[in-house]
Amino acid sequence: MRKLNLTLKVWRQKDDKGKGKFETYKLNNVSEESSFLEMMDILNEDLATKKIDPVAFDHDCREGICGTCSMVINGKPHGPLQTTTCQLHMRSFSDGDTITVEPFRAGAFPVLKDLVVDRSAFDRIIQAGGYVSVNTGVSVDANEIPIPKDIADEAMDSATCIGCGACVAACKNASAMLFVSAKVSQFTLLPQGQPERHRRVQKMVAQMDEEGFGACTNTGACSAVCPKEISLTNIARLNREYLTAKVTAQEV
Amino acid sequence: MNWFISMMSSTIGRKLIMALTGLFLILFLVVHLSGNLQLLKNDGGESFNTYAQFMGHNPLIKVVSIGNFFFILLHIVYALLLTLQNRKARPVGYLSETTKTSNWNSRNMGILGTIILIFLVVHLQNFWFKMKFGYVPLDDMGYKDIYMETKEAFSQWWLVALYVVSMVFLASHLAHGFQSAFQTLGLNHKKYTPAIQFIGKAFAIIVPLLFAIIPVMMFFNLSF
Ligand code: HEM
Ligand code: FES
Repeated sequence: MRKLNLTLKVWRQKDDKGKGKFETYKLNNVSEESSFLEMMDILNEDLATKKIDPVAFDHDCREGICGTCSMVINGKPHGPLQTTTCQLHMRSFSDGDTITVEPFRAGAFPVLKDLVVDRSAFDRIIQAGGYVSVNTGVSVDANEIPIPKDIADEAMDSATCIGCGACVAACKNASAMLFVSAKVSQFTLLPQGQPERHRRVQKMVAQMDEEGFGACTNTGACSAVCPKEISLTNIARLNREYLTAKVTAQEV
Repeated sequence: MNWFISMMSSTIGRKLIMALTGLFLILFLVVHLSGNLQLLKNDGGESFNTYAQFMGHNPLIKVVSIGNFFFILLHIVYALLLTLQNRKARPVGYLSETTKTSNWNSRNMGILGTIILIFLVVHLQNFWFKMKFGYVPLDDMGYKDIYMETKEAFSQWWLVALYVVSMVFLASHLAHGFQSAFQTLGLNHKKYTPAIQFIGKAFAIIVPLLFAIIPVMMFFNLSF
């Protein structure tokens, strides 16, 4: 098993008002089998013994399903692999590497402390319309509501978005279009989403703009770092849904 | 009216303007190119001058050309608005922008556009302004001999070089812009998107290439 000696350049910021700056730490004998977050844990233990405030970072499930583990590693959200940070292992790095760790950067994602950013803007977008407000009752038998297989698959693909925010972090415009488009698509494609179809997309886009995310330049940087591989077709669908809703909805 | 204002002030509405004006400019490029290719005809400029006379005096063309200037202006104004908004969306940048997961031209449409704009100003001043307000001698048909003017202009190697280089930037702008406009309009479909992307790439190569060939051939006194 390889052991790595690393130099870590980590963003340190005391609180949401602090200025913040990069600190450099040396960390030796890191097992290549430890995950990136475990490496961060080891760093923090090391810092704690030296009476230095540990690096605050977000994490929860550590199995790639919650999307909490936000950080930009060497200029890429979640690091060199197209996965979540918790699913990244130190074998992706080499001995002697300098690794830069920064928070997700976006005006709509203010830094709270070190690597922790406030992503509640996403929650507010969901609250604006990312739901179905009819009672769904008991679960019905399979195929009770007929949905073509390809449509069901597409809706399912969109629904895999875990709201991690890597799309925003990667986008040169800090645009949330990939996230919003996935959330709109998963409802728009299915029968249950139809009654609120027009209202939903208008409200979610309005909230997205309100939060101060940028516009989409269709560079595709978002999809290329998305751990769930949400595709750009969702963004085209969002544009289509939004413009159609604005032009054809009955509300004036 | 509320819905319209809110649509047009949303990020998607702004992009709608970019896409529609961009597509109009693409159409303009096709018309402009097909007219200009007559410069390469071996007839001493007869067909080109006739064409230029028609373009300068036909009322329909006049209306379209006013629209054209207006759309360029809109395209530029919205490019500026979007760029400012997008900058504001990321007040603090990254230290290590090492890993690029998108194409250079898609990230630098503003820079490419600005270069095209500078070229446009030079270009309009060279020909459009001269044709409209400057003195141009008449040819045998009694039309302004803009063909001769063009030939003279393109006997300067540096102007030819400027035109050729500018077309490279236009090609780059189009290589992203063409397909991007369809994406912005939500015109995405399993069947047609691959075709749109292919046509976009082909367009981005062929049209600027043909534009660039004109000054080069005129410089070397070549014609068909
Ligand atoms: C003949 C000239 C031009 C053509 C054919 C053209 C075409 C296009 C097209 C089709 C798009 C894609 C629209 C979309 O993404 O929906 C675009 C985007 C863009 N254009 Fe142009 N354009 C031209 C000139 C200019 C000029 C003069 C500027 C600026 C001064 C400019 C700046 C931009 C910018 C910044 C974008 C990207 C907007 C964004 O996605 O955020 N373009 N252009
Ligand atoms: S901690 Fe849950 S996805 Fe990484």
